Amino acid sequence: MDLYPLYNSLRIAAISTVVIFFVGIFAAYYIAKTPRLIKGVLDVLLTLPLVLPPTVVGYLLLRLLGPKHMIGMWFLEHFDLRLVMTWWSAIFASVVVALPLMYRTARGAFESFDETLADAGYTLGLSGTYVFWRIRMPYCRQGILAGTVLSFARALGEYGATSMIAGYTPGRTATISTTVYQLWRTGDDALAFRWVLINIAISAVVLLAINLLEKKQRSAKGVVA
Amino acid sequence: MSLSVDIKKHLGDFCLSVNFKAENEVLGLLGASGCGKSVTLRCIAGIIKPDEGHIELDGKVFFDGEKKIHLPPQERRVGYLFQQYALFPNMSVAQNISSAVRDKSRKAEVVAQLLSTYQLQNVASSRPAQLSGGQQQRAALARILASDPEILLLDEPFSALDSYLKAQLEQELADTLDSFRGNVMWVSHDRDEVFRNCNRVCILDDGKSQSVVTPNDLFYDPKTVSAAKLSGCKNVVAALADNSLIKVPCWNLTLNCAHPVGSDISAIGLRAHHIGFADNNDENAIPCSVVRTMDNVFSTIIILRPLGSLPNSPTLRMEIKKELWTARQDKKNVTVSIAPQNILLLR
Repeated sequence: MDLYPLYNSLRIAAISTVVIFFVGIFAAYYIAKTPRLIKGVLDVLLTLPLVLPPTVVGYLLLRLLGPKHMIGMWFLEHFDLRLVMTWWSAIFASVVVALPLMYRTARGAFESFDETLADAGYTLGLSGTYVFWRIRMPYCRQGILAGTVLSFARALGEYGATSMIAGYTPGRTATISTTVYQLWRTGDDALAFRWVLINIAISAVVLLAINLLEKKQRSAKGVVA
Repeated sequence: MSLSVDIKKHLGDFCLSVNFKAENEVLGLLGASGCGKSVTLRCIAGIIKPDEGHIELDGKVFFDGEKKIHLPPQERRVGYLFQQYALFPNMSVAQNISSAVRDKSRKAEVVAQLLSTYQLQNVASSRPAQLSGGQQQRAALARILASDPEILLLDEPFSALDSYLKAQLEQELADTLDSFRGNVMWVSHDRDEVFRNCNRVCILDDGKSQSVVTPNDLFYDPKTVSAAKLSGCKNVVAALADNSLIKVPCWNLTLNCAHPVGSDISAIGLRAHHIGFADNNDENAIPCSVVRTMDNVFSTIIILRPLGSLPNSPTLRMEIKKELWTARQDKKNVTVSIAPQNILLLR
């Protein structure tokens, strides 16, 4: 059994999660501070991929990154780089699709933060960076961890947009989800079933991790109360 | 060591307009809840930016609306004691204090010294949530002093504490203030707290500051209706000057006053404990009927209606020793009096 799809899926999900972690936190933190109108517009834009069919996201990504379109053409001309149909093209798809999960959980966590803690830090002479990483982030740790794990799970399970932007090339762009579809289409039911089991196993572990995190969060709050 | 504040700040419908100076003293900021006390402190600390005005401490300009100066809170060296103390929940007591030490090379030394001064050695590695209310306040004070502030801002320092802890901690806080060289601003809605601890008081009434006075002046000559109410005067009633006498139209009374009565007075204040049962030859005798009595721990509060009262006029509240009321025969009708020198004239 060729394990390339497992390796490819895991690295795509891992890299996507790192990107989502920083972009999601940055967006959640700064969008909360913008005026109401801008906040409303950005909020809708960032949450939209959560409710759109992945094929619509894939189509929009192709219209941006495809070799005959805007960004894709610019990269092809200046760097001789094709942005679609490579293994890392799937990262674009999973970042866009999973980002809303991180953004919304992080925003919820930041909204529960007690701002007087930050104010106290500033009056004590602590820098904004210190207050963010040493006070705000630890305070919101559980929510942000949950968002990260959820995003990883969603990135791992991405199929629709990925299949459109990265396609299915065995040993190159194949992921677990595209492999299952391909194997089922070609009638290799036994192998498809194996990949299905692998996928279920990974997802179950991830969900278990989320439950443990939530339990820990509840008991941590119990101590404070 | 002088602080001068003259600022305006609009927050929705609320308009804050404060103007006062403090000279190396403990200055009380007394006002009802929601009158802008905390907002004033936050403007001084740099957490909130005023719309216009000027804030200066010892020649260092914190804020100037015209010159567009707005120093960040980190550069103001303001020690702010928050109502709920705002200890960092993810850090131990020692880490909380250590985070505030500006001179990184002296961290360990400063932390050890403050832990011992504030009797926190035993809880140095505990999280704030594990401390008692009193320990939390001491930890917060230690953390503030670790940052080497030039002014202390205390925002209702005892509001988060049970009353039995208050007396003990008030002594401890007084020790800290004695050894602190610099201005202290003490925000409170409690007149007794202010009277005990502050050199001077600034009254804040619905966002407007009044003149700065000594606690004695505030309690014996509050001058305005809002100051009289904040100083704890329970009977404030509309009144007019009538040559050297005072007319109280709603009670149909004329009272003698020992102070010169200006024509600009609009009300008088009668403190509940200044009112007593009248002797035969007392001035300002007021015949009343008893509306209701309430027992305090050591005293009895009696709500009275002066006999000549107009409908819907305010009642008169007196507070006397319990024994005096228990010993009294007639508990339906009483004649009370107030000494002419105890009448507060209010604008």
